[in-house]
Amino acid sequence: MYELSRGPLVWIAFAIFFFGSAYRMISMARMARKDKVVWPYMRWGPGLRSILHWIVPFASRNMRLRPAFTILSFLFHLCLLLTPILTVAHVMLWKESWGVSWWTLPDTLSKVMAVIVIVGALTFLLRRIANPTVRFVTSASDMVLVVLVMAPFATGLMAFYQVFDYQTIVIIHMWTGAIWLAMIPFTRIAHMLFFPVTRAYMGAEFGFVRGTKDW
Amino acid sequence: MNETPESQVVDPGIDEAIERLTPEQIQSAVQRVLTKESAARLKVYLDTCVRCGVCAEGCHTYLSRNKDPLFSPVAKVKQTVWELIKRDGKVSPEELKEMARIAYTECGACRRCAMYCPFGIDISYLIMQVRRICSLLGVVPLYLQDTTNSHAATMNQMWVQQDEWIDTLQWQEEDAQLELPAARIPLEKEGADVMYSVIAPEPKILAQLLGNISQIMTVAGIDWTMPATDGWDNSNMAMYSGDFEIMGRVERLHWETAARLKVKKIVMGECGHAYRGAVYDGPRWLGWQFPPIPMVHAIEFYHDLLSSGRIKIKQKSTKHVTVQDPCNTVRGLNLGEKLRYVVDALCENFTDMTPNFEHNYCCAAGGGIINCGPPWKRSRMLSNKVKAQQLEATGAEIVITPCHNCHSGIEDIIGFYDLGMHTKFISDILMETMEIPAELKGSSGE
Repeated sequence: MYELSRGPLVWIAFAIFFFGSAYRMISMARMARKDKVVWPYMRWGPGLRSILHWIVPFASRNMRLRPAFTILSFLFHLCLLLTPILTVAHVMLWKESWGVSWWTLPDTLSKVMAVIVIVGALTFLLRRIANPTVRFVTSASDMVLVVLVMAPFATGLMAFYQVFDYQTIVIIHMWTGAIWLAMIPFTRIAHMLFFPVTRAYMGAEFGFVRGTKDW
Repeated sequence: MNETPESQVVDPGIDEAIERLTPEQIQSAVQRVLTKESAARLKVYLDTCVRCGVCAEGCHTYLSRNKDPLFSPVAKVKQTVWELIKRDGKVSPEELKEMARIAYTECGACRRCAMYCPFGIDISYLIMQVRRICSLLGVVPLYLQDTTNSHAATMNQMWVQQDEWIDTLQWQEEDAQLELPAARIPLEKEGADVMYSVIAPEPKILAQLLGNISQIMTVAGIDWTMPATDGWDNSNMAMYSGDFEIMGRVERLHWETAARLKVKKIVMGECGHAYRGAVYDGPRWLGWQFPPIPMVHAIEFYHDLLSSGRIKIKQKSTKHVTVQDPCNTVRGLNLGEKLRYVVDALCENFTDMTPNFEHNYCCAAGGGIINCGPPWKRSRMLSNKVKAQQLEATGAEIVITPCHNCHSGIEDIIGFYDLGMHTKFISDILMETMEIPAELKGSSGE
């Protein structure tokens, strides 16, 4: 079971992620041609300017209006993206398989970052329940998705501290991680792929067409 | 669907129209719009939205309705587009009625929420898809549909006939000449620098604005003209009712009229949506990337006249004023700085609103809402309490509103919330403050 998870499963997940993402992006670009007003007004200068104002904390008014949420959201997303790539145990696996390696996070920092992801996810879940505005637009799938995003981090921490049976936890960790990766292109986690595009398009509509700003 | 006070409103344009509909007709219109007419934007916006709800802060309706979850931008999409897609258009006429109410009367297409969504999702575009579906099915608030019918039949918004149009211009020219003997409204002058276009409510109910512009143009020495034919109206309510075929016809005629008169540019009166229709939505529907001739909005025009010294100010107004940033000319055209230049040039006692510039709250009248007419007025007032609070905080007695929708909508808000202010156009204040050169005063016309 471990060998299966360690081997084919991970590669299948990566393949689904890469090919799925490529498929989504290409089909979007094609559809954008049918949606005749997208490409003629797309400009990457104003687009990048808009992206910049929305990936730098507090660079947009809405972020300044809700400081706690902004800080949590940025930390959550940053840790979510970086921790899996820079954790020692993960890089070791890459080295074993492909002989490549890169800079890694100190273990303590990795753990802290995983905790941040879990805390962030739990807060988002709580917000979905407690905030009436968000609750009104939340469906069960939104909750499941957050739990799924959180799962590899929770099991990763458990593996680190060897809670329960190490082997079982590691296998669950790998499966949840693989499912998470494979689901990116096909669920609302796809916002990760589409963010630069929707933001850039709106940035161009505001910045290029109208000469204004959208932050 | 949830009950709101608005569900008691009687609007034959919606209530009677849904009685004639079958579920099959609804489904076919939904499928036409959501699968044939829209493509990447609809799909990507729906897949990207993570339902975080932070767009709520962007919406004056939500803020005014005590943060009622039903009125956040994403909630309006949930109750309309998501529902239509989830059920493949299989919704009952009763449900469509609720969707029409949300799309036409609770969203002003001001696009403020697009600046509050982290992904830049154009929520008002999604709402416009719902209006498009409703329009194809003939489910449109009666007053709004009447303006669209008027556009279709007369090419202007208010059933103004050609003889009435010409007569109104001549009447206003004479009125202007009482004040300023040299004043003219030159009709059909081919090759003039400027074609001046207005929205149909000007000749219909605010004719003095035409007399005012006659005096302003004369003082500034502008070589200008107005068409005597259809095509003089730059307004476009079909754009907001969802009848894009009519929208395209109206905009094409407006541009073709300018081309026929061989003018260098169009200058338009103080209206916001007319700019949007003429420069953005109209050309896109017609397949033009940009309009064929430059279009200058009144704010910019007055800015240029004042900054170049073509119009001089005799004495600034001493009244305490504030200014409304209209969505289509400040968020939609970046005229915020020029607007303040004009206000500072005309008024000595100016207090800005908070928030302002592109973050200003919508008037809740534009986007076709005020055109939905008296049945929806109370709802419109309740949906803009936040504007009343914003106005009150300035302590001003005059609200300068360089947009017809803002002008009427804010006057309504002032009355409903008893704020004791009044709205004025820039041209109203310009008329009070501009210096009339001595050589123009004396003569008795050209």
